[in-house]
Amino acid sequence: MQKKLILDSKQLDITLSRLCQQLIENHSDFSNCVILGLQPRGIFLAELIHQKLKSLKVNVPLGYLDTTFHRDDFRRRETPAKAYETKVNFAIEGKDVVLIDDVLFTGRTVRAALDAMISFGRPSKVELLVLVDRKSTRDLPIAADYVGKSVDTLDTQRVLVELEAQGYKQNKIWLINKDNHVKA
Amino acid sequence: MSKLSQRHLLGIKDITRQDIELIFETAANFKDVINRPIKKVPSLRDVTIANIFFENSTRTRLSFELAERRLSADVVNFSASGSSVKKGETLLDTVNNILAMKVDMVVMRHASAGAPHFLSKHIKANIVNAGDGTHEHPTQALLDSFSIREKLGGVEGKKIAIIGDILHSRVALSNIFALKKLGAEVMVCGPSTLIPKFISTLGVKVELEVQKALEWCDVANVLRIQLERQQLKYFPSLREYTLYYGITKKILDDLNKEIVLMHPGPINRGVELTSDAADSHHSIILDQVENGVAVRMAVLYLLASAA
Repeated sequence: MQKKLILDSKQLDITLSRLCQQLIENHSDFSNCVILGLQPRGIFLAELIHQKLKSLKVNVPLGYLDTTFHRDDFRRRETPAKAYETKVNFAIEGKDVVLIDDVLFTGRTVRAALDAMISFGRPSKVELLVLVDRKSTRDLPIAADYVGKSVDTLDTQRVLVELEAQGYKQNKIWLINKDNHVKA
Repeated sequence: MSKLSQRHLLGIKDITRQDIELIFETAANFKDVINRPIKKVPSLRDVTIANIFFENSTRTRLSFELAERRLSADVVNFSASGSSVKKGETLLDTVNNILAMKVDMVVMRHASAGAPHFLSKHIKANIVNAGDGTHEHPTQALLDSFSIREKLGGVEGKKIAIIGDILHSRVALSNIFALKKLGAEVMVCGPSTLIPKFISTLGVKVELEVQKALEWCDVANVLRIQLERQQLKYFPSLREYTLYYGITKKILDDLNKEIVLMHPGPINRGVELTSDAADSHHSIILDQVENGVAVRMAVLYLLASAA
């Protein structure tokens, strides 16, 4: 198994700062904006963005969205996908929603997230922010509005996001060559 | 990522503690779903489920049907009255005919103990036992334990008394299996004629006086007297049963402790429970009903995904 570092802790911090500035550029005072982290891993990134925005004097509601019951691979995988908590304590109706996930790969999770989100109301606008955008691996016509890092990858490779909030020593993003890795 | 150890839910006896805990975790997620403005998720949209009820039911059948519809499954209902069963068709033929119409799962209630176990040996579809005679009623036991867990924070170490007609109760047997697997202490209480002779081999205490049982327990799960299953006289009269085993709000209040009152329904008000007890703050009877939908969604979801 070979590992290649895509982003280290310092670079990640710079990238997150840029993403926050881009969000501010597009949403100015955030009065009509909410952010939703996608379970299970997008929530850590969403928390980081939320904190950083707070340090820039921007307060925006943060929620967690679980896509498990809306996935399209039910009964097509060996074991049932584990469900996580959905925590949306605010109205989505008429809001500008920013969905946040760590890695954009096939786009299927984002499709499920759009479906899951609609259960809470009709947003006026939905955007997507991802830390790592894997180019040319999409199964669906889905693109991110805010991209931390865009990388060329093969289907057989995997992007590993290690964040301190997930219990890792340091924030690090890796590209991994995995033998016999089957496309999820 | 884990899955159930079984393809069917025939009884609590056949499943493991890990299975039960997986069902509870999943049910908690579904409870969240059914409290949203839009209570429906698309998980089972390519699954067809037949509810086959050879015995009367309102709550269980409605609960299963709601659970199925909230998972977006296609649902067909069948009840024995008004069907070809009356014309002499066998159980296996009836079910095979339904399955020939491409049904993926069967939820079945039957008056004979072991009917779903028999079916599971002959058909491919996943089977959920919705009550078989006086044997098991697994989803009721799961929702009872789930409700206790929700109310008291856990089941392990808790004292549960099951009070009433133990002999004819599938709810009692499934509850005993579930509670024992989850590490609770279990007591059964009722007239000695309604307590099966070998029940203590399941590791439960037996108590004949309801007052003592109530003083001992954290949770009282009160059962109905199943007159429709009693061919003999097990006690002189319902009035006498009520005098000795009926639970009133006063009895519960006089215990001077926190006690949780449960009942799987249907309640015979004025027999095993007075109205003021059933509607008192001790009671979580309606929470049980709400949890029933979430627990059944979890069971169907987990069984369907392992197909």
